[in-house]
Amino acid sequence: MLSLVVLTAACGGDFPQSSLRPQSDVARSIDDLFRGIFWLAVGVFVVVEGALLVAIVRFRERPGAERPKPVHGNTALEVAWTIVPAVILIFIGVPTMLTLWRIDRPPQGEALRVEVVGHQWWWEFNYPDLGVTTANELHVPVGHTVDLRLRSDDVVHSFWVPRLAGKRDLVPGRENQLWFTVDSAGVYPGQCAEFCGIAHALMRVRVIAEEPDVFERWAELQSHDAVEEPGGEALVETGRSIFFGAGGCISCHTIRGTPAAGVLGPDLTHVGSRSTIGAGVLRNTPTNMASWVKEPHKVKKGNLMLDMGLSDEQARDVAAYLGSLK
Amino acid sequence: MAKIEAAVPGEGRGVSTYAGGVWSWITTVDHKRIGILYFVSGLVFFLVAGVEAMLIRLQLAAPGNTLLDPATYNQLFTMHGLTMVLFAVMPIGAGFFNYLVPLQIGARDVAFPRLNAFSYWLFLFGALLLNSSFLFGGAPGAGWFAYANLTSSQYSPGHGMDFYILGLALAGAGSIVAALNFIVTILNLRAPGLSMMRVPLFTWMTLVVSFLIILAFPPFTIGIVFLLFDRMFGTFFFEPLGGGDPILWQHLFWIFGHPEVYIVVLPAFGIISEVIPTFSRKPLFGYPVVVYSGVLIGFLGFGVWAHHMFSVGLGPLANSVFAGLTMLIAIPTGVKMFNWIATMWGGAIRFRTAMLFAVGLIAMFTIGGLSGVMHSSPPADLQQTDTYFVVAHFHYVLFGGTMLGLFSGMYYWFPKVTGRFLDERLGKVHFWLTFIGINLTFFPMHFAGLHGMPRRTFTYPAGLGFEGYNLTSTVGAGITLVAVLVFLYNLIRSLRSGEPAGANPWGGATLEWSTSSPPPAHNFDRTPQVRSRDPLWNDGVGPPAAEEEIHMPNPSYWPLVVAGGALTLAAGALIGLPVVLLGAAVMVGGIYGWAFEPIHG
Repeated sequence: MLSLVVLTAACGGDFPQSSLRPQSDVARSIDDLFRGIFWLAVGVFVVVEGALLVAIVRFRERPGAERPKPVHGNTALEVAWTIVPAVILIFIGVPTMLTLWRIDRPPQGEALRVEVVGHQWWWEFNYPDLGVTTANELHVPVGHTVDLRLRSDDVVHSFWVPRLAGKRDLVPGRENQLWFTVDSAGVYPGQCAEFCGIAHALMRVRVIAEEPDVFERWAELQSHDAVEEPGGEALVETGRSIFFGAGGCISCHTIRGTPAAGVLGPDLTHVGSRSTIGAGVLRNTPTNMASWVKEPHKVKKGNLMLDMGLSDEQARDVAAYLGSLK
Repeated sequence: MAKIEAAVPGEGRGVSTYAGGVWSWITTVDHKRIGILYFVSGLVFFLVAGVEAMLIRLQLAAPGNTLLDPATYNQLFTMHGLTMVLFAVMPIGAGFFNYLVPLQIGARDVAFPRLNAFSYWLFLFGALLLNSSFLFGGAPGAGWFAYANLTSSQYSPGHGMDFYILGLALAGAGSIVAALNFIVTILNLRAPGLSMMRVPLFTWMTLVVSFLIILAFPPFTIGIVFLLFDRMFGTFFFEPLGGGDPILWQHLFWIFGHPEVYIVVLPAFGIISEVIPTFSRKPLFGYPVVVYSGVLIGFLGFGVWAHHMFSVGLGPLANSVFAGLTMLIAIPTGVKMFNWIATMWGGAIRFRTAMLFAVGLIAMFTIGGLSGVMHSSPPADLQQTDTYFVVAHFHYVLFGGTMLGLFSGMYYWFPKVTGRFLDERLGKVHFWLTFIGINLTFFPMHFAGLHGMPRRTFTYPAGLGFEGYNLTSTVGAGITLVAVLVFLYNLIRSLRSGEPAGANPWGGATLEWSTSSPPPAHNFDRTPQVRSRDPLWNDGVGPPAAEEEIHMPNPSYWPLVVAGGALTLAAGALIGLPVVLLGAAVMVGGIYGWAFEPIHG
């Protein structure tokens, strides 16, 4: 068993999605609690398996031995091995309750509020106080409490970014709450943890934690209407006309400051500034974006985005237009 | 009733029990034959679900693998879970109940033999109906837990979920009927002198499990009826847009789903509570405590369901209560472990394959129990739930616990059932391959889960550190599969040419070892008289009662007719009203025929 532990531990890289590498107050509380329980469990494991090993080695049948004495029980022993586990459980139960009630107390004082809406199979993030709407990438300021209000637009999802917090479900018809304060800047990957249909495995999320000034600049930019970045005008021009015309994109997507006001798919006002496409499935490059809008189901099976039958050129142009929306 | 004249000891033994053609098996009401039917059916479904598991492991062997498409993968993990729990492990357990309980309590059969056959047919038809969904547009793909509202007709179009509802309704009814039958049997048909505190542990655990079944299956049945109404008649039980609540499903499911864990694990505990004393040649240490702890586990098992729902947001108070009750279960479970070890302590242990599997259960279940304690703590569970850590946990419980226990029982009672031994050498190969296989498969899953790999995902990206764990698991699954093949070979070979075994080849203490192997159709020539807990070790089963007439129930095809009617009715829900009516008519006619079946003297 030990060799197995070593073997499997050796397989590790740096585990960017690991619950054992906490980077927030909440995740650290959970991790501390877990480590305590883990070592108690290791202790019990050693005692039980040890007793078992001694029993099977020492009391093997030996040739010529007499029939063992029929012992029917021993009250003192049996009371002991009822009480000792109960005591161990107190050492698990008390820290559990303390942690549970602490991390379940809503944030006191100022917190950045974000509405998280689960969709099959992507995440919508609204910052009501900042006038920002984005998707699949949650930007948060370091050292500042983030107060997430979670709901679902369709089925049950679960928001899980292991390095920042435990899971919290997004349940249709209810609002849930989750909060944490991130320790340091970085990109923290996570994904939906409640089975939600065909593309459940590809409903990824990234939390991008930034220093407060960087975050503020980002929020400022995101709160504005769409602005096309200069450069590549010809492609962008055709791409835009396809987006608003034959492509039919506007029936599902919003681009603030334009007539596009669909609500079924992600808000694309600043889609060019995101690092991934399709809820973390592809890196956001012009080529990837083109293959995504051309054949969204090839990249992500079951995905609800419609295949609009775009040609390679049309897909390239739409990708250029979207890429210009920084 | 058929009367057996002059039951002379030894007469016709080893032949009459299983003689006869297919028709005699179809119409059988003999608990031993029904036990074998359950066992063989369960084993077939164990293989089906094992192949499903192997496909899942092959898909996950490498990141971004495209062996299976997501929809197929989702159907496979759903059917793997349903089939293993409900159509493999439970029926194999039921095979043991059926075969052994009447023998262990000195009875000639169960209380309601025809009802017993009826339970079997309902289980079989339910399992076949659900599995037939693969042929009719796809199996259910929403997990065995089938969380609403993903199961609504909007989010699960097609008939997969309908097959889930109808198949499980049939099988569930079969389980409830069987459980009632065993409760009545154990409470009423015990041989003279066999007081409750002398009843063998396996029979005791059967009794506990039977109570769990009749209490746990009804809420689930209500859940699937609600779901059926939502899907077929447009109601809103679980539909938030119509004022329903998907969380209601989670409660109904887990108030069944958690006791279900004990329904599948307690029979294994019962089995090794028989095996360990026999091979340690020492009575079970602390018999009353082992009994009471089993009862307590069953009782507490109904108060912990919401520990599957810590991430739902029920609030800190509810989570604290369910966490506390969950932790409490660790106490009686631990007591059992210690009592088993104490039974071995000071014994003279013979390591036959049955004993190896029993010791394996203690070693492996301990791991599953301890990881269970870890996620009884809600904050810790918030990181662990819905990850591979939980997959590791319950496979240590279900494979490391239940399956090893069931294998132990197979090696232990095979001589009783067939009159032959399973091959010991192949048995040891089977054990060690299984032991290595399951640890390679399931141990790395703890790490994958803690490092952030969620369950029920058809793929994972490279770069998150999951690759090595998953590949190791896949290799382990392959080894486990080889182990199962070795077992099957052993089973088939030993059936034909295993060493002959006598009535009591292991020197067991309980009543089933007092009759021949295999037992005659009427089990005991004379009703045994019991005067202590381990009758064959202490004071035998005599003196014989006065000359008695033996009455055995007649074969009957009515249970099959009624169950066939139920199947037709269920299938009719997918085909059309005329078929529903036909099924109902067959059921009513069948019940009439059953009730007024003539008794031949």
